[in-house]
Amino acid sequence: MKILVPVKRVVDANVKVRVKPDQSGVELANVKMSMNPFDEISVEEAVRLKEKGVATEVVVVSVGPAQAQETLRTALAMGADRGILVTTDGPTESLAVAKLLAKIVAEEAPGLVILGKQAIDDDANQTGQMLAALLGWGQGTFASKVEPTADTVSVTREIDGGLETVELKLPAVVTTDLRLNEPRYASLPNIMKAKAKPIANKTPADYGVDVTPRLTTLKVTEPPKRSAGIKVKTVDELIEKLKNSGVIA
Amino acid sequence: MPAISHHNGMDEASFTAFADQLDRYVRDRLIPAEPRMIEANAVPADILTEMRDMGLFGITIPEDYGGAGLNVSQYVETIRRLAYAAPAYRSTISIGVGMVTSALKTGGTAAQKQRWLPQLAAGMIASFGLTEPGSGSDSAALQTRAVRTAEGYVLNGTKRYITNAPNAGLALIMARTSAENLPRNAHISAFLVPLDTPGVTVGKPDRKMGQAGATIADIIMDDATIPADALLGEVEGKGFEHAMRSLDNGRLSVAAASVGYARRALDTALSYATERKAFGEPIASFQLIQAMLADSRAELYAAECMIADACRLADEGRRTTIEASAAKMFASEMCGRVVDRCVQIHGGAGYLSEYEAERFFRDARLYRIYEGTTQILQLLIARNMLKEFAAGV
Repeated sequence: MKILVPVKRVVDANVKVRVKPDQSGVELANVKMSMNPFDEISVEEAVRLKEKGVATEVVVVSVGPAQAQETLRTALAMGADRGILVTTDGPTESLAVAKLLAKIVAEEAPGLVILGKQAIDDDANQTGQMLAALLGWGQGTFASKVEPTADTVSVTREIDGGLETVELKLPAVVTTDLRLNEPRYASLPNIMKAKAKPIANKTPADYGVDVTPRLTTLKVTEPPKRSAGIKVKTVDELIEKLKNSGVIA
Repeated sequence: MPAISHHNGMDEASFTAFADQLDRYVRDRLIPAEPRMIEANAVPADILTEMRDMGLFGITIPEDYGGAGLNVSQYVETIRRLAYAAPAYRSTISIGVGMVTSALKTGGTAAQKQRWLPQLAAGMIASFGLTEPGSGSDSAALQTRAVRTAEGYVLNGTKRYITNAPNAGLALIMARTSAENLPRNAHISAFLVPLDTPGVTVGKPDRKMGQAGATIADIIMDDATIPADALLGEVEGKGFEHAMRSLDNGRLSVAAASVGYARRALDTALSYATERKAFGEPIASFQLIQAMLADSRAELYAAECMIADACRLADEGRRTTIEASAAKMFASEMCGRVVDRCVQIHGGAGYLSEYEAERFFRDARLYRIYEGTTQILQLLIARNMLKEFAAGV
């Protein structure tokens, strides 16, 4: 079984994100970029399935700027076999990415697509779901356990209040949650080996997908600063304060 | 110039990818494992395995021998990032990737490289044996003898304060092959000695001030017979030259370790200064605290620039005795001042084992001592200045 793993290049999780002065987005100049942490978990899961002999090939794909090649190289160093880079400099909206992925799935015919449940830049949490819808495949989202058999995959999902296990017919789409695994570090020897692994360079036009944004970002702002709270001694005092501050009438 | 291969190291993109992974590894694995390591006074076995898997033991070994073939700048940069965590991690790999690999690359025969470099790259721990009970940097007083016999050489003597000795598989041992002292230290030769050689024993690990997890012990040779091909380069009288050249490289490693650990101490001091309150405000808002932070940052920057420059010269194939010595001397003294300020900024907490500051203070003390004390480096720098002056350089 072939596994397809989409990976996204995002601002590193340890960077303190700043909003651009013109409020058009967040500052990306001279900011450290890394693979989306949920995608690292996806790559790890796919590589483990290959190591267990369940998967035969792990293909990683990224949609983004030319530098997303570095993200693909990291995935290759973790153990993926080859990469596909779809270069586009504009914003990458979930639906456009899902359409591109659907085309790539048609070409590659994977048995499983494993995506991160969301990217930590826009936290959209919808590309996997959109892809499943476009393909008409089953989806197991927020996975904390993934167990494929010959023609199905059992996915344990993290839901409000507990765990839910679903069984999907293959091929299927799985999105990964934090507790699925702990991704490995790409070792120096494997980083060197990854240099020889192939990356195919593509554009959205190659797949006939229009990636023109359908959304307009009006404004990006910092979360409002919280002001210090006060302590009250009695319920009456609480009600009085709430009335005074106009929270209740 | 001797034939040294100064290739350009690893391509920039791959090295950056590795540096990112290493930073993450240091932050997520090595630093959290520090209490375990201190408790056991040994690098935990699982961490050692991970460090081998990460390829850290092979960073300077050429690709043909199973390593990564980093150039000096990349090697020293790797050490700096690794040394943000407790010193024992660097210590475990440093002798192998530093002095022993460097001596093998510049002085080893093809067969010696073929035998040892792949084993070192795969994670064999190494030691470097120059210091003795009665001699350190003064080669004339070196006592360990190597006597040529029909079977090879018979070694007798004791090497003292030998880093990694209890865990090492291989030691590069300096021994005299001539009873009388010869010009240019030609009485000293270097030998590749497997530590399981009959007649070679390792003493009990020495107890020490800091750097928990890093081990130091004597290596004792009592009629230890080694084959003739254990002589580095299979040429007698070149040992001291190899040792000194390797030390240039070892000094850059200690300089980088000093910078890495000074950064750790300064980051810790900065974060403490912003959290700890006195007179109703964080102590970081007091100008005398700010002065300590600013001096530390400026000195750290100076040390980083010196190291970068010395590495560049080394990568151009130039001899860097003055620059490497100066960088090591300045960086280790700088680290001493920074860890001292870190304790000072912590105030009373800085003296308590509950906080990390007192450990940084003890650990960093060694940087001013090994790979040449500050005083020996002063002599070395001045001697080379006088030599250059006399030669009209």
